Amino acid sequence: MVNRKGTKLRFIAGEYDVAVIGAGHAGCEAALACAKLGVKTVIFAMNLDSIANMACNPSIGGSAKGQLVREIDALGGAMAKIVDKTAIQIRMLNKGKGPAVQSLRAQIDRRKYQQEMKHVLELTENLDLKQAEIVDIETVEEDGIRRVTHVVTHTGAVYKCKAAIVCTGTFLNGRIIIGDVSYQSGPDGLFPSIRLSDTLRNLGFELIRLKTGTPARVNRRSIDFSNMVPQPGDDEVVPFSFETEVLEIEQVPCWLTHTNIKTKEIILKNIHRSPMYNGTIEGVGPRYCPSLEDKMVRFSDKDRHQVFVEPMGANTEEMYLQGMSSSLPEDVQMEFMRSVEGLENVSVMRPAYAIEYDAIDARVLKLTLESRIVDGLYFAGQINGSSGYEEAAAQGLVAGINCALKLLGKEPLIIDRSEAYIGVLIDDLVTRGTREPYRMMTSASEYRLLLRQDNADERLTEKGYKVGLISEERYAKFKEKYRLVKEELERLSKTHVSPTPSVIEYMEKIGSTPLKSGASLEELLRRPEVEYEDVLKIEELNLKDKGLDYVRRTLPKSVIEQVCINVKYSGYIKLQLQQVEQFRKLEKKLLPEDIDYNEISNLSLEAREKLSKVRPASIGQASRILGVSPADITALYIYLTKRKE
Amino acid sequence: MNYVEDTIAAISTPPGRGGIGIIRISGKESIAIANKIFCMANGRLGDFVLKMPSHTIKYGFIRDLESGEILDECMLTRMDAPNTYTREDIIEINCHGSYAVLRRVLELVFRMGARCAEPGEFTKRAFLNGRIDLSEAEAVIDLINSHTEEARKAAIEQLGGRLSKQIERIRQGLVSVLAEIEVNIDYPEYESELVTADVTMKTLNNVINELEELSKSYRQGRLIREGLKITIAGKPNVGKSSLMNALAGYNRAIVSNIPGTTRDTIEEYIEIDGIPVILTDTAGIRETEDVIEQIGVKKAEEKIQEADIVIYMIDSTEPDIDEKILSINKPLIVVLNKIDIEENYLEDLVKKLRDYDVIETSLTEDIGIKEVFGRIKKYFSEEKIGINTENIITNVRHKNLIDKSLASLKKAVENYNTGMPLDIIAFDIWNGVNTLGEITGASVNEEVLDNIFSRFCLGK
Ligand SMILES: Nc1nc2c(ncn2[C@@H]2O[C@H](COP(=O)(O)OP(=O)(O)OP(=O)(O)O)[C@@H](O)[C@H]2O)c(=O)[nH]1
Ligand SMILES: [Mg+2]
Repeated sequence: MVNRKGTKLRFIAGEYDVAVIGAGHAGCEAALACAKLGVKTVIFAMNLDSIANMACNPSIGGSAKGQLVREIDALGGAMAKIVDKTAIQIRMLNKGKGPAVQSLRAQIDRRKYQQEMKHVLELTENLDLKQAEIVDIETVEEDGIRRVTHVVTHTGAVYKCKAAIVCTGTFLNGRIIIGDVSYQSGPDGLFPSIRLSDTLRNLGFELIRLKTGTPARVNRRSIDFSNMVPQPGDDEVVPFSFETEVLEIEQVPCWLTHTNIKTKEIILKNIHRSPMYNGTIEGVGPRYCPSLEDKMVRFSDKDRHQVFVEPMGANTEEMYLQGMSSSLPEDVQMEFMRSVEGLENVSVMRPAYAIEYDAIDARVLKLTLESRIVDGLYFAGQINGSSGYEEAAAQGLVAGINCALKLLGKEPLIIDRSEAYIGVLIDDLVTRGTREPYRMMTSASEYRLLLRQDNADERLTEKGYKVGLISEERYAKFKEKYRLVKEELERLSKTHVSPTPSVIEYMEKIGSTPLKSGASLEELLRRPEVEYEDVLKIEELNLKDKGLDYVRRTLPKSVIEQVCINVKYSGYIKLQLQQVEQFRKLEKKLLPEDIDYNEISNLSLEAREKLSKVRPASIGQASRILGVSPADITALYIYLTKRKE
Repeated sequence: MNYVEDTIAAISTPPGRGGIGIIRISGKESIAIANKIFCMANGRLGDFVLKMPSHTIKYGFIRDLESGEILDECMLTRMDAPNTYTREDIIEINCHGSYAVLRRVLELVFRMGARCAEPGEFTKRAFLNGRIDLSEAEAVIDLINSHTEEARKAAIEQLGGRLSKQIERIRQGLVSVLAEIEVNIDYPEYESELVTADVTMKTLNNVINELEELSKSYRQGRLIREGLKITIAGKPNVGKSSLMNALAGYNRAIVSNIPGTTRDTIEEYIEIDGIPVILTDTAGIRETEDVIEQIGVKKAEEKIQEADIVIYMIDSTEPDIDEKILSINKPLIVVLNKIDIEENYLEDLVKKLRDYDVIETSLTEDIGIKEVFGRIKKYFSEEKIGINTENIITNVRHKNLIDKSLASLKKAVENYNTGMPLDIIAFDIWNGVNTLGEITGASVNEEVLDNIFSRFCLGK
């Protein structure tokens, strides 16, 4: 830092174990995990009023993303709990499509979410919050290992630290583009982080340029809802956090309208003014969320596109126009918005914009999200090429946990593809890299039937407990839940009913082929048309017919849900478990960190290059690298065996 | 990528006509599989393989569980892990019959759950399980690699052109079905001209039909490679050898008016309009004291079992019909011979045989031979033997993958019909497409994503 007189400013401002750079969704989870695990942590935000900002949709969850939030919660992360506190609408998506693909989605009061998260951070032991831009990460090389020593702020404050977690989101070398106008900026009018890009480049990180965009925010009072379709929340709300037992919220609706031929004409007439089409934008945008002009060009046969009008919070009239992201000039934006039914008199509060930012090629990271270039330097969130608050938070949590574990001298936490979407997300990013912002989708998982939102606790809470993020009390409750599940499953398989008259009558009533001989309750429940309630009823009727007493069992809903899914899908769950068993065999064949792939003669040239770049942890991970063939995998096997001798 | 440690099987003696062949099965399931198909002479099953000690040999028979048919007599060797070549449980079945029988036994083993071994796969397992020492390993692995490479090239060559195009087209149909389902799951709020479930299921059913044709064509492919097997059978002296000679175009077999002239089977390769045919003349079937003739009769019965088409010949001057031959479950041409002789039971026979494919001949007068040729051609081109499909599968690995894929896709349709939810239906379709992808080596996951993003307009 240089002051006005030209002298270098530099002062030691503090000493921490971990410095978290950026306080978005990744940074917050990372900092909370570190602090809770007992390492002294500082988190830096460009602006403390923008902590955990939702710079785009005021919404959390959705297909696959809802699963991620449940997983974050099951591991001991914060996101789900804050969603439960700040949601203004909650829906379970894909209700009729099977338990594996159901996902929660919430509309969030954006301001409240920021405040809640900030407050949680403030209240956390071992954690300090600071408003500052980090401009440098200082390192030192000892015994051939480069490690983090300090981070430096824009005012010259130097913080000593043993590790740092970089969570810069879209701030890193950010540039906003609105039509012909473009300027350096972070999201939502916040300052960008410019100098850190050079620091990373100088350390040897390869930077890529990515792009994303957001639609306009408009005033509710200027919208005519009379011809829009309301999109209400669920009557009965399922909370995001496993710890939230009941949740009642005042549900606010979203609204649906459509663009039309006129919208299309306006956009196509002005397409030459789009920075996407005149070459101003160099970053690669995601295919799954194209701007409105993108849609018009790529799907030119469609005259109608959906627009969802979503509230930004309970105490604001700002509304978000999902489906209208654009980087066209502001005057064109005004014109096309007003062509849409209900938006004829719309008053824009913030225009739509595209934002370009720097990210790293995540193939330089280990599965712990620590970089292989600098020891103790972790990365999480959009800087790794992902998109979305949920994806960011999941990485933040894993980076935070592993950073703390490393400082504490403990074994790392690696969640594999068969255990959680978190595992799929991280494995995809660090193994295959990405060229566009990576969005979590359920189809990315090979074991979708196992990675359900309802059983995230079963999959991860044990891990969260071992790591130290799950309290004894919560752990005991969790154990009790699954003890009851097991008990009830056993009871159902051991309890038999016979086709007594009232049983037959009842089964006919519910449209199920009546029993001809005795059957277990489990067999009954396996029938698609038979619900858990029916099973209890049949049991009761059967006992009564036999002149015996019946005592009804009352189990928590969450237990019944697990029992039903386990019984109804047992065949398929078994099949997936077999696939997982095969998968694990290869994941367990570990590749030592010091392999020189160039010395393995049987490897193809492409494989040598790719393996040297990714440095996979196991044969399994190696097999997922693009450009590594089955023959290369065989060669790796030989090499491993040779090393052992 | 497929390193599934499942159970594999292959014929481990080089293919050649006749002689003894060995089928080797390796993997966790090999003992269970063998146990299901190994029986005693009377067809009795009794967990013989489960009960036999390791590294011993047992004499018995191989039985097709579904049809109950005895395929072959064999010597079965059981070797338990780890003291085996692959360090896995191994079963070796020493078959006595022909190559065709060997193939049938192998196909039976596949149906019971084994997968077709890749070239060199037994050796590969031996290495991976630490059976082969290191000095050997590197040499072996190069060999394996080159084998695999050769096999892959061969497969691609075989796939080349129309067949690969057809499989690719089928696969693309499935990928678009998946995209349809996945967009429905990952973008539930997205309303579009979403193709209805009925249309998706129709596409799926079309794919199933097409794959079924392809799977059946494997048989036709085999016929092209190995020839169509036609066995002429019937009582002594009805004119079988005369027909053989007529079809072959020269006097291959001895003809005489002494019943029991032909005492052993006689084979002749002929071509009918480019179709290779292995014609077999057999000893007339009758009760006899003559030991040699007895053996001949037994062989004749075997040849009937092996045949793709049986020509059952009847002397129209005799009233008797052999119901046993008539009841055989394969294409059957009934030839009523000697119609030149005035005194005959022709009318009566024709009436009794009205449900069969009957040709009247006189081999001495040269009547009806053309019809016999014509009927054989018809059987070949009609679905009775092969299937009219644009392509023919000749590679057993392809056939297995297609069958596996078919099973998954059928399961998906069944689950749709019984009202199972989308996640389960999608599971089987994914498995089906992935299996098919193994033929051409394509990564389905990326394709589905590409398909979703290029067809559906999604965005924020
Ligand atoms: N009249 C008449 N005689 C025939 C005809 N076909 C064959 N024969 C005679 O029937 C006798 C038996 O003919 P084969 O061809 O040797 O009969 P086969 O069925 O091979 O007899 P085996 O080998 O003993 O089982 C010979 O004398 C033939 O010449 C026919 O169409 N009409
Ligand atoms: Mg003869």
